[in-house]
Amino acid sequence: MVDVAYQGGGAITAAEKVDRAKVLQRLRFSDSSFRWLTRVAAITVLIILSGIIISLVHGSWPALSKFGFNFLIEESWNPVTEQFGAIAPIYGTVVTSIIAMLIAVPVGLFIALFLTELCLMWLRRPIGIAIELLAGIPSIIYGIWGLFVFAPFLQQHVQPFLISAFGHVPVLSTLFEGPPYGIGILTAGLILAIMVLPFITSISRDVFEAVPPMLKESAYGLGCTTWEVARYVVLPFTRVGVIGGVMLALGRALGETMAVTFVIGNAHRISGSILAPGTTISATIANEFTEAVGDIYTSSLIALGLILFVITFIVLAFARLMLMRLNARLGS
Amino acid sequence: MAVMISGASSPLYAKRRRKNVITMALSYAATGFGLTWLALILGVLFYEGFSGLSLAVFTQMTPPPGSAGGLLNPIMGSLVMTFIAVLIGTPLGILAGTYLAEYGRYDKLSTVVRFINDILLSAPSIVIGLFVYEILVATMGHFSGWAGSVALAVIVVPVVVRTTEDMLTLVPDTLREAAASIGLPRSLMIQKVAYRAARAGMITGVLLAVARISGETAPLLFTALNNQFWSTDMNAPVSSLPVVIFQFALSPYKDWQDLAWTGALIITLAVLALSITARFLGGQSKKS
Repeated sequence: MVDVAYQGGGAITAAEKVDRAKVLQRLRFSDSSFRWLTRVAAITVLIILSGIIISLVHGSWPALSKFGFNFLIEESWNPVTEQFGAIAPIYGTVVTSIIAMLIAVPVGLFIALFLTELCLMWLRRPIGIAIELLAGIPSIIYGIWGLFVFAPFLQQHVQPFLISAFGHVPVLSTLFEGPPYGIGILTAGLILAIMVLPFITSISRDVFEAVPPMLKESAYGLGCTTWEVARYVVLPFTRVGVIGGVMLALGRALGETMAVTFVIGNAHRISGSILAPGTTISATIANEFTEAVGDIYTSSLIALGLILFVITFIVLAFARLMLMRLNARLGS
Repeated sequence: MAVMISGASSPLYAKRRRKNVITMALSYAATGFGLTWLALILGVLFYEGFSGLSLAVFTQMTPPPGSAGGLLNPIMGSLVMTFIAVLIGTPLGILAGTYLAEYGRYDKLSTVVRFINDILLSAPSIVIGLFVYEILVATMGHFSGWAGSVALAVIVVPVVVRTTEDMLTLVPDTLREAAASIGLPRSLMIQKVAYRAARAGMITGVLLAVARISGETAPLLFTALNNQFWSTDMNAPVSSLPVVIFQFALSPYKDWQDLAWTGALIITLAVLALSITARFLGGQSKKS
């Protein structure tokens, strides 16, 4: 388009012509170099991702080639004999995330329902922002709060009750077995639940709001109650988006480090009781990485990081696919 | 009349109404539950941290256990590393976001980059710490402030890419066409027209990114490590507020734990102030 420069206007001297050609040349150059620059920046995002994968694979190679597939199923984690297995941290990561999702998904959905259907108009924004502030609080704050306030509270008031209440019920007694440590799998799961709650709430609220009012009004017109509208109109319409939001929150819960590191207890073993201390992948890395001596030890920790990255990548990719499907449907 | 009353109080209606009342009560309770945690966490934080907040915190170095001191070196370390991370991450993020929104809005590369960027946005930050450890710390042979800054920059990029793209997409195409119609080259159109129209939103994105990294601990643990003393050498380990909180909170010393609470309060106030400012700016740009 720069070629169509102004040509008229009477006499143009030869010098002016040269100047103009120079300016156009410069513009053309800056235009294409800016385009090129943005393209390189966009590709850098891909380079970062492949860099993460390559460096993790490279770093974990010594451990993976030494232990092979056993690394995934071996429980012992012994820096002295250099025997490392990932199953205990993987177990801890999965169980804490399951506890978190069991609590956060229903609560988050109910809050989203409250914000879209029940709440007074002028209160919606403040409450929405307040819930989102929970997401803004750095995870280390949850950690220090969990260690000094929440864990002692659980130890003194909640866990003794759980032990005495379920101690004699067949299956549940193994789940709530042992002394009340305060710190442990359950505490970590509960803190994760509080942390991921805002993600579920804000995404479900957004997709609930995207439901065409016509649909809801027709259901109300038929005499449906608010719950029936939510259950049989809003939820089916937004299912894909809600699943996407839940998976996104799950991705967060799986990878969360600091809050968990404070309250998990860092014990490399698998215990049937959720009151017992355990460990997660991220907590193990955070606790041991700077103190790890020897190539195999460091490499095993990086291998744990690789496993974590692969798990969260799959979960997050699934979440994004779900949300993209929803957007495509809303767009059409 | 009698028929209507008996109809309205039939078991089915009563059951539906009961179900509705229960679920609605649950959703009130859930909201109360969520807000209670926010109040509890902030309440304890203020209660524990406020008493330790004094001038000494901002003027003295971290103390050895058992003596008084402040948080000056970690605060400075955090500020410097955050600044450098933003300096590296912002231009990269804005340029990449520009490509997604302006040049390649519908091409294949953009679809892939958008997808990968969204994954990086929620990738576990400890993995980013490992990545930077592998490429910088392991190759250079020592921990450094630079490595910490780079780790934080890797977290900044996806946030800025995302908000830049979103904000540029909101700029009406008529503005772009008007600029093109007076013969403005595309790059100038983007810089002089689109950026200006999306400025508030793009600043919001940078503020959100700063809020995000100022509380990040995991990626700093084995990149910047920690430093007990005042250090301006970015080539050496640098202290940072989150890492010091982590170390002090887990220590058995009462003074250190008190300082950890005070540091936690400072970080939280900073992060909340940033995200409220960002929200305010973002809200304004949406209105105008």
